[in-house]
Amino acid sequence: MTTVINIPPSLDDRTFESVLQQLAPLPPDEKVLIDTRHTRWASPYGLTALLVLAQTRAERPALYAPEAEETASYWARAQFFRYAEGLFEMHGSVPRARGAGESDVLLEITPVAKSEDVHEVVGRIQSKAQAILAKELNLDPRATMGFAMTLSEACQNIVEHAGRGGWVAVQTYRWQKRLGRRVVQIAVCDAGIGFRQSLESAQGRRGDRWDDAMALEDAVIRSVSRFRDAGRGQGLAGIRRYVGRWDGKLSIRSGTARIAIVPSWDEDIPLEEQLPPFPGAQVLITIPERTAAR
Amino acid sequence: MINHIDLGTVLRRTVCDLYSDLVTRPTGAAVRTGIEQQLADAQERTLTVIDFTHVGLLDYSCADEIVAKLLVSYCEPAGERGSAARLVAPRDCYFLFKGVSDSHLDAIDAVLQRRGLALVAQTDDGMPLLIGTVDDRERRAWEAVTRLGRALPADIAGEVGLEEPQAEVLLNGLSRRRLIMRFDESYVAVGTGP
Repeated sequence: MTTVINIPPSLDDRTFESVLQQLAPLPPDEKVLIDTRHTRWASPYGLTALLVLAQTRAERPALYAPEAEETASYWARAQFFRYAEGLFEMHGSVPRARGAGESDVLLEITPVAKSEDVHEVVGRIQSKAQAILAKELNLDPRATMGFAMTLSEACQNIVEHAGRGGWVAVQTYRWQKRLGRRVVQIAVCDAGIGFRQSLESAQGRRGDRWDDAMALEDAVIRSVSRFRDAGRGQGLAGIRRYVGRWDGKLSIRSGTARIAIVPSWDEDIPLEEQLPPFPGAQVLITIPERTAAR
Repeated sequence: MINHIDLGTVLRRTVCDLYSDLVTRPTGAAVRTGIEQQLADAQERTLTVIDFTHVGLLDYSCADEIVAKLLVSYCEPAGERGSAARLVAPRDCYFLFKGVSDSHLDAIDAVLQRRGLALVAQTDDGMPLLIGTVDDRERRAWEAVTRLGRALPADIAGEVGLEEPQAEVLLNGLSRRRLIMRFDESYVAVGTGP
């Protein structure tokens, strides 16, 4: 039996929760068909999370490609189909992918599994980021290097903690409804062991209240790491500093919880618990365009 | 003896000849090992200039692996002053960091603060700059030594509002942190030369 999972018309970090709600009652070995036919738009988070979803299924899932030509074309430029074809049984019309680096995407979906991948990601982002962050988002030129540092540290969470490879993507777009400004988003998603299990690996369970939410609080708020070395835990702390400096937003979902560092322009919930379970960690960093008044 | 270590060269020699960014812990560990191998040959007091001029990006993880762990091996961190047992320097090594951009400085300062360390960097105009964890009295003493070129405890006592014996303790602490060098009874700031 195959269960159809309907992907919403607009797929981002919020609407992806509806996908996980559909998956929650299903055993991992149940065949699923991910139906994106009616999807018209997807954020970097949405696309990378779909790849992670496939990694979490014991039975190879099927994916129906978007029917809208423009949407499918963008997904191809973002290199989604390039990696989806290795994880899903593909159905529908799949546009031929162009080579990475030839598109308008700031950083196409890129696999991250080892240190060398982080070097490649950082090298590729710097040339495009300089122009886009300064010209399109009016960010101070100093923001560019910090942006690449943030991207590097976010990707290293996969290399250092996930236990299996993940995906990164970066894109700018206009957030008309939520903000009325352009934003740049970094999405780093993996299907690894997640924050709770990573911290447990060094410190064990810490009482009855120890859960995904507490693990996220420890890692993100208190900069706790599974490594005892005093110099560890600086990556997320650095990301927080960067996000704070540029009025951005950081949210991390892991297991059944999601934590967010929420700027004044957003109304997100700082800590959500008892979400539908999803393995690994999904990091989303949003930096908004700076307006003249800021 | 003065060593000059170009981090860009060490990076390309030890990790990959295509890289110019210092990112990730494995990269940082490899570069630090390369530096330590060069320092291992030193038999006497050395000042090693760590040159960031040809480094693109430096992230926090790499800054911790290279800068902080190098200093931990040779210097005494803040808060452990006077604890001779903590001093693990195998040789009399001092460091001066040059070619440090604002973005490098962000990462370096963050990792120094995290571990209670400090270092001397050289600005583009050649002036020494003290960064990291130092208290107000240490900073004033270091600035006075830097300004005077060579100083005795009696010279510094008035600058920081201490008696001469306490000034000597303060200067010895800065010396153990490898922020100034002691020559007999006098002290010279790293980066200003004896």
